[in-house]
Amino acid sequence: MSIFLNKDSKVIVQGITGGEGTKHTALMLKAGTNVVGGVNARKAGTTVEHTDADGNTVELPVFGTVAEAIEKTGADVSVAFVPPAFTKDAVIEAIDAEIGLLVIITEGVPVQDSAEFWAYAQGKKTRIIGPNCPGIITPGEALAGITPATISGSGPIGLVSKSGTLTYQMMFELRDYGFTTAIGIGGDPIIGTTHIDALEAFEADPDTKAIVMIGEIGGDAEEKAAAYIQAHVTKPVVGYVAGFTAPEGKTMGHAGAIVADGAGTAQGKKEALEAAGVKVGKTPSETAELMREILKGL
Amino acid sequence: MEYQAKELFAKHDVPVTLGIVANTPDEAKVAAEQLGVVVVKAQVKAGGRGKAGGVKLAKTPDEAFEHASNILGMQIKGLTVNRVLIAPAASIEEEYYFSFLLDRANRSYLCIASVEGGVEIEEVAKTNPDAVKQIPIDAGTGVDEAKAREIVAEAGFPEALVEQAVTTVLTLWKVFVEEDATLVEVNPLARLEGDILEALDGKVSLDENAEFRHEDHAAFEDKAAADPLEAKAKEKGLNYVKLDGEVGIIGNGAGLVMSTLDVVAYAGEKHGGVKPANFLDIGGGASAQVMADGLDVILNDAQVKSVFVNVFGGITSCDAVANGIVGALDILGDEASKPLVVRLDGNNVEEGRRILNEKNHPLVTLVDTMDGAADRAAELANAGA
Repeated sequence: MSIFLNKDSKVIVQGITGGEGTKHTALMLKAGTNVVGGVNARKAGTTVEHTDADGNTVELPVFGTVAEAIEKTGADVSVAFVPPAFTKDAVIEAIDAEIGLLVIITEGVPVQDSAEFWAYAQGKKTRIIGPNCPGIITPGEALAGITPATISGSGPIGLVSKSGTLTYQMMFELRDYGFTTAIGIGGDPIIGTTHIDALEAFEADPDTKAIVMIGEIGGDAEEKAAAYIQAHVTKPVVGYVAGFTAPEGKTMGHAGAIVADGAGTAQGKKEALEAAGVKVGKTPSETAELMREILKGL
Repeated sequence: MEYQAKELFAKHDVPVTLGIVANTPDEAKVAAEQLGVVVVKAQVKAGGRGKAGGVKLAKTPDEAFEHASNILGMQIKGLTVNRVLIAPAASIEEEYYFSFLLDRANRSYLCIASVEGGVEIEEVAKTNPDAVKQIPIDAGTGVDEAKAREIVAEAGFPEALVEQAVTTVLTLWKVFVEEDATLVEVNPLARLEGDILEALDGKVSLDENAEFRHEDHAAFEDKAAADPLEAKAKEKGLNYVKLDGEVGIIGNGAGLVMSTLDVVAYAGEKHGGVKPANFLDIGGGASAQVMADGLDVILNDAQVKSVFVNVFGGITSCDAVANGIVGALDILGDEASKPLVVRLDGNNVEEGRRILNEKNHPLVTLVDTMDGAADRAAELANAGA
């Protein structure tokens, strides 16, 4: 089992003909993902050639719209590699087409665009992951995003993280156990799927035995997640928060990673998580060690 | 800065008096000769300018000259004042607070308004929180006239000002949306003699991600106040933040780099208290040129005694990173003079490590784990300090 994505997921790529879209379509196929086509309005009717996980050549159809792609292929997941200026339109198109899961990889989306499509998504059928995220991987089954599929195999741990490279680092540290699903939710101020959404899904997934939650400075998502864990999560959770040494008022790479007026500090987040019974590591390796101890005891 | 915020206000028809920007006491005097009784206001991107002595009333041009002489060059919250705004003095009857901002927690926008005092808003929020109204705004529908009327009624603007307030709210919303702002704040929004509503001071925070559709926003950047290393890094398109420490940091991915800073700070506790010197995220593509640019910036930081390169090869393969490091050292030649501790993991790590081992550069130490490498880098920084 897994959350949000599995071997039966049919994946399309918005922006399949672009540089990033081409590169990652190839990697998603290699990871075993059932990529069934892509979208580019200007190249509708053409195909792109790729190689699947078994080494066979596949011709993937390019459609003019997400709706058409869904109609022709039965796709239920879309991964968007669309430049920031066009991301909002691409997202609204995918929501209108009622895709089940939309993963927005694009970095640098104006935050008002994200606010607008998030408002638009309310009450609709699409789950959004991102923007500015590495996406989601269910090792051994499917990859919708850019997480390297070779880091770790399948196992009992669920992982949710704001950061891409920390997702990779933690998967690497715990590759001896493996993961049900690992989700990078993105570091922007406004994102779709949150820590809490992922925690809820991992709690309900019978194969996930324990959860790693990675946060970073800025906002109050970790504090909210801590309250949620205390009230609703029975599975063991270990946490890690990056940015203890970040100074106030400076943005650290991610648009959302900023400590403002003393709020959103790593220390505050750590304390909130610990108060909810979450073991929090000081470093990625210590966090992995805490998880190992828990898994040994299960 | 205030004068820039006011320019944006004026562009969208928010009631505001621009005043005149002066870079020297003489310019301040000339401005005061035109405007009469003025307020000389320090222009820096920081709050609390009044309390710091950066805002003074000048009744005569000579007083304006004198105040400008004192304020120019002053430090406010670590920022040097390079210019002052000469604004006509206004007779204020009441002060209000008004802002639109991004509301992360609700993934939408928020309006905050109070008719109980402007500049002392933080105090009001503590002592009388009910007087500070928070009005959620739907990001899908925004602020139309009906919503503006709702805001004005909720905030409790005096009857005589309601129509002006509605217009002002609508124009401020235009500033927020059309400029891609994350904050538009007017403080104080003042009731002047004769029931005139005017924005006397303001602050606008712009979304850097939206710069591609606002070419004019680049002009708002305060290059003079920026740290010279940060300015150099920005020129080269690097995501760099200068910190106060001895261990230079290069990594890929914002989260991993933040984590690297923490791990180095912990390691530093055992090595004379050395600290990370910077944040530098080289992102996905670690080409030789990007690596060289990054190293160049860090090695120009006189405080830096050692450098820690921490890369997890996700999409980027470690051999490309290793070639980047080798290439960077070749490009920099003798300018590279400080020890480099490198930790590589992930995609094609064996080849990456092989390349660095084969090169066997005297400055480069390869360490297998992130914790171990941080410890080594801190140790070297302490030894070099």
